[in-house]
Amino acid sequence: MTPLLDVKGLQMHFPVGGRWLRGPRTWIRAVDGIDFHLRRGETLGLVGESGCGKSSAARAVAQLYRPTGGQVLLLGQDLTRLDGKDLMAARQHMQMVFQDPYASLDPRLTAFELIAEPLRIHRARGLLKLARPDLARRVDQLLDQVGLARSFRNRYPHQFSGGQRQRIGIARALALSPELVLCDEPVSALDVSIQAQILNLFKDLQEAFGLAYLFIAHDLAVVRYIATRVAVMYLGTLVEVADAAELYRNPQHPYTQALLSAAPIPDPQVEKSRSRILLAGDVPAPDQERPGCPFYDRCWRRMDACLAHPPRLQDTVPGHQVACFLHHPPD
Amino acid sequence: MGDDLLLSVQDLRTWFHTDEGVVKAVDGVSFDLRRGETLALVGESGSGKTVTSLSLLNLVPPPGRIAGGRVRYRGQDLLRLPGPALRAVRGDRIAMVFQDPLTSLNPFLRISTQMVEALALHRGLGRRAARARAVEMLEQAGIAAADRRIDQYPHQFSGGMRQRVMIAMALSCDPEILIADEPTSALDVTIQAQILELIQDLTRRTGTAVILITHSLGVVAGVCDTLCVMYAGRIVERGPTAQVFAQPMHPYTRGLIGSVPRLDRPGPGRLVPIPGQPPVLADLPDGCPFHPRCPSAMDVCRRRYPGAAAAGGGQEAHCWLHLEAP
Repeated sequence: MTPLLDVKGLQMHFPVGGRWLRGPRTWIRAVDGIDFHLRRGETLGLVGESGCGKSSAARAVAQLYRPTGGQVLLLGQDLTRLDGKDLMAARQHMQMVFQDPYASLDPRLTAFELIAEPLRIHRARGLLKLARPDLARRVDQLLDQVGLARSFRNRYPHQFSGGQRQRIGIARALALSPELVLCDEPVSALDVSIQAQILNLFKDLQEAFGLAYLFIAHDLAVVRYIATRVAVMYLGTLVEVADAAELYRNPQHPYTQALLSAAPIPDPQVEKSRSRILLAGDVPAPDQERPGCPFYDRCWRRMDACLAHPPRLQDTVPGHQVACFLHHPPD
Repeated sequence: MGDDLLLSVQDLRTWFHTDEGVVKAVDGVSFDLRRGETLALVGESGSGKTVTSLSLLNLVPPPGRIAGGRVRYRGQDLLRLPGPALRAVRGDRIAMVFQDPLTSLNPFLRISTQMVEALALHRGLGRRAARARAVEMLEQAGIAAADRRIDQYPHQFSGGMRQRVMIAMALSCDPEILIADEPTSALDVTIQAQILELIQDLTRRTGTAVILITHSLGVVAGVCDTLCVMYAGRIVERGPTAQVFAQPMHPYTRGLIGSVPRLDRPGPGRLVPIPGQPPVLADLPDGCPFHPRCPSAMDVCRRRYPGAAAAGGGQEAHCWLHLEAP
């Protein structure tokens, strides 16, 4: 069966500098050739630290940025080759929820207008048939589904709390009944007590509508809670992909191991007995091509072989892929 | 109370006079800090944890004003100390580290200028001695080639490195108390682990007490001896960290712990969120401010704010569940 989303060799490079008299143009290699797929109804967690390229990857998948290389196959259709109305039609099946519910909602629109907006736009382009009373009914239905009272429909964003705003963002994303929702850090701006509400909402909606999520987060515990599979990203590349249970039980890449050991656990008894792998230094800038492994500078198990060329993502056991010469010695 | 009592905060109230009315950001906060202790103020946004820490050193920005209370330190009340005497304490005996090191460092000045300034002011060191001390602190904070990097500007450091500079600067005068306000919230987890390790390592060596302000229960569990949970401007529960985690008394504390997904536990057990929305400080309900979201709310909770109910071992909570209703 073809997957819902199949991403092949996705590349998202951004040019910097290079204007007149400003020196040579260089490239930020935000996403540097990644492959992954997503099946119907599953959640792929994409984790990594700031600057690793996870948000750029999501935006390149959504075609908010046009990728500089690779393919994005949604239901078998390559989005990178589509434009205008064709792209809009194909993209109905894929919607996005953003991190900051304060910045991603137009402050001049009411909750009703915000949720109706995608429906109206697609109706105006002839991509959706929806009579006026049906539109109002659909918005009410969406308000119910995300747990907002219908009486809130005429309020403006500033009259809602952060959690309620994120519910509006989710209702907007669901308006066109997509099969896939790209979630870019959707709970990281929220307080923990509200975060749990929204995470549970994501789970309920998935169950009710068979949604697939690409769920981007830096919080590994959140990803463990929500994801069926997890992909770990570092400096524009994927270093490990596995089923969630397998990845947390048996992390193979030194970066994944360090990441898991560094994340605090809210339990003093557990914390007392944990040992941490402390990584040296910071993430390097993604502005140069590296001959070897991108993690080399900070790796606590590096070898000479890692400098020669980059390791490729390969199966160790079926369904568990790692890009590391500790597991796949170079030829 | 033993001799090791360092700082005692009593009934601190900090109010903001806004157009919408009086916002009681901090409303009757009390806690004690002992020598060498690491104490956490935990809460969600708007709970008053940052305003509490700013109030300790009389740094509340307008329209905020300290409406009452005491902060006893070395036999004096910091809230009533005249300017010069307070400035001698601030940055010297009690130092602060903020969440965002970029806004608390002056971008126009070299690190050396900023560090030497503090050491000259508080320690009366000459330029050369002050610089040597600054380099030594940067080295202890894990900055390689500190002798060269001290002459760089803040923008030439990464986020994690800037926070190391801030910590080195804060600890350079050997303070008795370090107030760290969300020192790792802007940092990635691998960097967060480095910074927490550094704070623990340096303060343990000098016996500096730490007030750590954070929203992360994970950070608290790893590094703090004592835990104060804040909600709507008040401390609703406090006690030894391990004990509070094991047996939370207040429904809010229990709710917080139940809301956090666990890295070390397999799914798909469902999280139990706290229902409802966070409190609006300008419009708090009567009685206990948590009662609209509380699963165990009783009639009395809607009428009166509860006093402290103590369990053994220094744990106490403000909750009618543990008190006789009046």
